[in-house]
Amino acid sequence: MAYLELQDLHRDFGTVKALDGVEVKLEQGEFLSLLGPSGCGKTTALRLVAGFDRPDKGAIVVDGRDLTHVPPNKRDMGMVFQAYSLFPNLTAAQNVEFGLKIRGRNRVERAKRVEELLELVGLGHAGDRYPHQLSGGMQQRVALARALAIEPRVLLLDEPLSALDAKVRVQLREEIRRIQLELGITTLYVTHDQEEALSVSDHVAVMYGGKIEQMGSPGEMYSAPATPFVAEFIGTMNRLEGTVADGGVRYGETLLRIDAALGRRSGERVLVLVRPETVEVGTANGSSPDGNVLRGEVITQTFLGPVTRLKIVGTGVDLIADVPTQKALSLPVGTKVAATVPADGARLLELRDERLPEIAEEPAPAGR
Amino acid sequence: MKLRMAPSSYVWLLLGGLYFFIPLLATFLFSLDSNTTGKCCTLSSYGWVIHNPDFWHTLKTSLLLALETIAVSLVIFVPTIYWVHLKVPRLRPVLAFMALVPFVVPPIVLVVGLLSVYKGSPSWFYAQPWGFLVAAYVILAFPYMFFSLDAGFRAIDVHTLTEASQSLGASWSRTLLTVILPNIRAAALAGSFLALAIVMGEFTIASLAQFHTFPIFLQYVNESQAYPAAALTLMSFGITWAAMLSLLFVGRKRGQRAAFVTGAR
Repeated sequence: MAYLELQDLHRDFGTVKALDGVEVKLEQGEFLSLLGPSGCGKTTALRLVAGFDRPDKGAIVVDGRDLTHVPPNKRDMGMVFQAYSLFPNLTAAQNVEFGLKIRGRNRVERAKRVEELLELVGLGHAGDRYPHQLSGGMQQRVALARALAIEPRVLLLDEPLSALDAKVRVQLREEIRRIQLELGITTLYVTHDQEEALSVSDHVAVMYGGKIEQMGSPGEMYSAPATPFVAEFIGTMNRLEGTVADGGVRYGETLLRIDAALGRRSGERVLVLVRPETVEVGTANGSSPDGNVLRGEVITQTFLGPVTRLKIVGTGVDLIADVPTQKALSLPVGTKVAATVPADGARLLELRDERLPEIAEEPAPAGR
Repeated sequence: MKLRMAPSSYVWLLLGGLYFFIPLLATFLFSLDSNTTGKCCTLSSYGWVIHNPDFWHTLKTSLLLALETIAVSLVIFVPTIYWVHLKVPRLRPVLAFMALVPFVVPPIVLVVGLLSVYKGSPSWFYAQPWGFLVAAYVILAFPYMFFSLDAGFRAIDVHTLTEASQSLGASWSRTLLTVILPNIRAAALAGSFLALAIVMGEFTIASLAQFHTFPIFLQYVNESQAYPAAALTLMSFGITWAAMLSLLFVGRKRGQRAAFVTGAR
């Protein structure tokens, strides 16, 4: 039996299905990120686990115990919130001590534990400061120490980094992972930032419309997205709509020889998913490799540091390719190019008659 | 930037100051006249007030009534407004509207209504200021308490603080007492001082319900003893001012708190 189980969780808000049959199984000490756009249900799921809300159907089981109807203050869940949640009238040390006081620990034990935890989050020197005297990153560290102080069954993190600067965000997420590994604490992390989720998790569950679209290791999620939505949401992906024909996929005028197309029914409408970094780009008049070549013109170049992203548009062709920046210098805007789609690096998904969701940028968070 | 005032501002300021201070000064000078000879200058009127047992009795009654009103108001309104902010925010406008009713209903109407409503209630309530008067004063204090507390609750993130406290194991009552209350302290104090000021000056209800409070004593002296009345007026003015200054002090602290709450974001 898994340590943390979310069993068929349903939660409706009026006509909106916030959660529609969410199933999660997590072993002790594992780190799962719930990833998805605004309104996908990830925060609702976390709040159900914390006990701040009750599911309409389903159960939450931790370590074999059904917690579905246990009030939040009896669940022993450590939570770090998106908004700064430190008690403004208490110092950092007093904040960390709060849960220990409630548990009736004696003064000596409390002082020792507070010191340990503040050291753990790198704030051993700031125990007597009030929240308003701490930066955002420091406040979230204290919040983390406070959540860990009670030795929670599960650590719940609700977009804890979204209000911080990019640099602090990266630094703190690595620290969260370090501490999580060090303490071996089962962790549920909610984020809309795929980079964050992929970089720190054992498992990532991509949610959309109240359902888990796919759950797997970060590597699997990136290299083998199971649905068009996951493909779109994780990383950048070329999506070429085509039809299976002659053991390949007909995309516009070109027949793409793709391994994944073998054995597919002819005439089936499919989506060919190609990562931009797997597309090979050469000048159009260069030696043409055999097949899988899409011809077009470089429309834009976007400098991304080590690579440069090219947008290539031709007749019935529209794709992006990441090429080493050095190479991009020889392919300025306007160059006629030949882009080769790798036969083995592309994935195929059956194209159903469904509109792909628009993935909007999340607005900057600001409390609730 | 240094604030520079136009010369005309000083004139207006002076006129404004005179408008407030001349009556006070006149009252003060009047209070120095002797109650027996009518001649200046003696502190006998102040002595008369201080040595009057009714002064101390009614002052004590009114202060105790104020404290009881504050206590009852806080016990009723803090949890209510907390709950409304947390669970049923759509009821907030309803509460805000109800809080305006005591401003609209004249005290005379209020007291007549209350007297008939409570008629037949036990005498320990109906015949005692600690029962009947406090019930009326809590209603009068409601707007001040509500708007102060409401502002206090708006300045903090009630949801997150409550959830953080609960996730750490605190019960509702513990959350309210150890997390919420300390963070709305300034608002609760502001509402309390306003309630104090109201109770210390309320005349209509106490008079019609025939209770002997400080404003009743003030009115009695005013009618019977001209010079001590002036002394008493100034003394009650001093008491009100002390409450007001406390409010100003608390208000300043509150401004700092609001700054650090927003500064933390």
